[in-house]
Amino acid sequence: MKKFSEGYIHSIETMGLVDGPNIRIVVFMQGCSLRCSFCHNPDTWEKNKNKKVTSKDIVDVIRKYRPYIELGGGVTFSGGEPLVQSQFLLEMLKLCKKAGIHTCIDTSGTGYDLNIIDDILKYTDLVILDIKAIDDTNYKKITGQNMNMFNTFIEKLKSHNNKLWLRQVIIPTINDNEEYILKLKEYIKQFNNVEKVELLPYHTMGYEKYKKLKIKYKLEGIEDMDKDICNKFQDILNAD
Amino acid sequence: MKEWEDFKGSTWKDKIDVNKFIVDNYKEYIDDDKFLKGISKKTEKVWNKCKKLLARESISGVLDVETFTMSGIDNFEPGYIDKSNEVIFGLQTDEPLKRIVNPYGGFRMVDKALEAYGYHMDKDLEVKFKEYRKTHNDAVFDAYTDEIKLARHNHLITGLPDSYGRGRIIGDYRRLALYGADFLIEKKKEDLNKLKNITDISVIQLREDVSEQIKALKLIKKMAQRYGFDVSHPATCAKEAIQWTYFAYLAAAKQNNGAATSIGRNTTFFDIYIERDIEKGILTEEEAQELIDQYVIKLRLIRHLRTPEYNELFAGDPTWVTESIGGMLNNEKSLVTKTSYRILNSLNNIGESAEPNLTILWSKKLPENFKKYATKISIKTHALQFENDDLMRPIYGNDYAISCCVSALSLGHQTQFFGARINLPKVLLYALNGGRDEITGDVVIENIEPLEGEYLNIQDVIKQFDKVLTKTIKIYVDALNIIHYMHDKYAYESSQMAFIDTKPEYLMAFGLAGLSIIVDSISALQYGHVRVKRDDKGLTSTFDIEQDFPRYGNNINEVDSLASNIVKRVYRELKKYPLYKNAIPTLSILTITSNVVYGKHTGATPDGRKKGVPFAPGANPTQGADKSGALASLSSVAKIPYANCCMDGISNTFSIIPNALGNDEDTRINNLTNILDGYFGSGAHHLNVNVIDKEMLIDAMNNKDKYPNLTIRVSGYAVKFNNLTREQQEEVISRTFHEKV
Repeated sequence: MKKFSEGYIHSIETMGLVDGPNIRIVVFMQGCSLRCSFCHNPDTWEKNKNKKVTSKDIVDVIRKYRPYIELGGGVTFSGGEPLVQSQFLLEMLKLCKKAGIHTCIDTSGTGYDLNIIDDILKYTDLVILDIKAIDDTNYKKITGQNMNMFNTFIEKLKSHNNKLWLRQVIIPTINDNEEYILKLKEYIKQFNNVEKVELLPYHTMGYEKYKKLKIKYKLEGIEDMDKDICNKFQDILNAD
Repeated sequence: MKEWEDFKGSTWKDKIDVNKFIVDNYKEYIDDDKFLKGISKKTEKVWNKCKKLLARESISGVLDVETFTMSGIDNFEPGYIDKSNEVIFGLQTDEPLKRIVNPYGGFRMVDKALEAYGYHMDKDLEVKFKEYRKTHNDAVFDAYTDEIKLARHNHLITGLPDSYGRGRIIGDYRRLALYGADFLIEKKKEDLNKLKNITDISVIQLREDVSEQIKALKLIKKMAQRYGFDVSHPATCAKEAIQWTYFAYLAAAKQNNGAATSIGRNTTFFDIYIERDIEKGILTEEEAQELIDQYVIKLRLIRHLRTPEYNELFAGDPTWVTESIGGMLNNEKSLVTKTSYRILNSLNNIGESAEPNLTILWSKKLPENFKKYATKISIKTHALQFENDDLMRPIYGNDYAISCCVSALSLGHQTQFFGARINLPKVLLYALNGGRDEITGDVVIENIEPLEGEYLNIQDVIKQFDKVLTKTIKIYVDALNIIHYMHDKYAYESSQMAFIDTKPEYLMAFGLAGLSIIVDSISALQYGHVRVKRDDKGLTSTFDIEQDFPRYGNNINEVDSLASNIVKRVYRELKKYPLYKNAIPTLSILTITSNVVYGKHTGATPDGRKKGVPFAPGANPTQGADKSGALASLSSVAKIPYANCCMDGISNTFSIIPNALGNDEDTRINNLTNILDGYFGSGAHHLNVNVIDKEMLIDAMNNKDKYPNLTIRVSGYAVKFNNLTREQQEEVISRTFHEKV
């Protein structure tokens, strides 16, 4: 019998309607190397925590929802950072593709195994890429890491030509200004195949989790991003 | 015949066959909603008057009661809302919203209702009626066994239609429009003449019934005459087709007060007449919409006189004027027409409302445009329910309609004996408590040994449960056989049966309540280390859960199969008994809003549910137990078998917050459409959909005036949120609302 690799997941959301096209089974995976100040899932940071499962277990769960996801939906691997468990992720992607399931990864483009990343992108139909910042200084400030890994990832992306959704969280006082939006607009011109760019208004709903996990909340005092202003930025971004 | 000019086909002309007429003549519509028109001036005037009356009614609960005459097809003077602006005519009594006294089901209910709302029956009439006329209720209690009375008194079997009209019958009201009363009378006379061989009581009974049906048809002619219409001949145009059909239904609502009196499946039928008139140039789109809007208004005004206890069971004054829309003719062609859109558009034109109970018969193969329009209206109004046409059509044929909430009936060829439901969690508690009721201590089921000890052996429990269940079902079947025999004898629905074949197929609709509680309880006893505590009478009082256990609603086969096994077990048992009029047993998993009252009368259960806490509605997982996401919850319910088992329907209510469904309207419509395709594609039967914010409901609960028309789907019907009791509102809010993690 084939031995399936094991990995750690946080949970499975069976009806994801916003993380990719149509109905998605969203697999929240454990582990992330970034420590983004606005992260609302700090409970997924550690790699070897929560549920230990095999790749086959997960794909068996996904297959149960075939009547829902075969209508243009599929699976979305999210997290945490799904690329952190590269081998495990790759195996799940392959199994999904074999079963005819549309695959998507919701990623920050970091934490991956450089030897495997090309294969991962080969078995991924859609990449939802979270852009943290577009320059080194701010990237470091928000994520606590330098931008090298991210930059390598976007080069890989361009060569594989995956379909792409881009996301950017808009945080008051950090990037909630028109100047930044215009820079962002320039920045994303480097990508082909962009189907959608979404600005996500920052919210404080993750705050309780930090308290529970006794982790210091870096954005203490910053309020929720105003949704109307965020929509206005979205319009600027979408305008030709 | 000039009424049938331009209509195709011939076989439907000689014998009654509305379905064949539809198949031969309807035009499927696959385009979008752009042709629809807004509200007409006339409709606006009529509806404004209604709104004022409805506002007055909502203050007092009842606007008026006719106390000088009793129910009957032609016992009331004609009534109008705003005569010069009405285009469809006819009210139950001489005034809108004035309710009828119907004592044939039982006078006790009438007395209680009149007393509750401060009315008095005309003394002379009351005294005479009570002196000379026996009611259904009197007769049933003459025949009830002690076992039935005890099971009923202890709420083991509840909601039985033994003191009010049983309802659930759907006449094929379209027959009046297509054929006219004279043709129908002629056909019934032919049937009567064939019943010459008096071999047994059933033939005598049928001869009497058919004679009653003929009398009813004659009375319907007279009733219509009061409004200036001659329904002896077929309808000649769209306006008449809708008017005739409505008159046929109205006769039912004047004669009977059945809990649920649904109107069938009329839009495709109407559409044939509308299209003919539009082609002839005698009807415009505005006028077509006006006819449908005013038809809908009339259906919104149907009322019955109920007691406060009844309202506690079925909240919000529901009448279940269920109108079934859409569905497929066969694997290729749908029955969607422009009028399927027009009736949904009425919710735009005259606002959302609980009635009529608009039901979309969903198939994966419905025209995409129609799917999108139906989901759009559902998201906007929370007033629609969806049922799986692909599941029902092979069993009931393409021309069936939904009665009440989820019960399919082949129109004109089948009828139903409504049977309420067994309280399943009580069956389990009786198994633990030696057949005694956990609250009253009465021995309801004899010869059951109580199970002892702090921890129970699951095999012992299941053995004992099976014993109690077998005995309960026997009592239940006896009760329904008695009830329906007596109902036929003392409160026969001649006006409805006149529009049904003389020898129809009968379905006896049994039901179960508390499915999620029983499944979780068995799972708890099996996996959860449940410690039983008993009171000083030795009855179970609390159950401490010492270890977490898997629950129904998370798409776990080991648990979900418990649900399937129980319903299959019940159905197998039901099939062992001969039923009145050789009825075929069917089974539903449906509670309507009575899940609150069922819970109130039921002690603590082994799943950890406390005494008095509401059950989940219908086949829903227990409130908050479905923690694995919406699709897991839906998938668990979808596994309950419909064909050859729960053919009376499996009700599920699904609530989701708008933002979880998508960020904009198009995405929401698309996602809801996909959810329905997926849910029904996996074999599920029914879904109520509420796309609504929980916070909004909490706000509405605390600020009644802010949301006067807020309508939500409960279990099998829609209800004005304000008309629910506080307890029911809290239960609705406690249900799982699917949100994004």
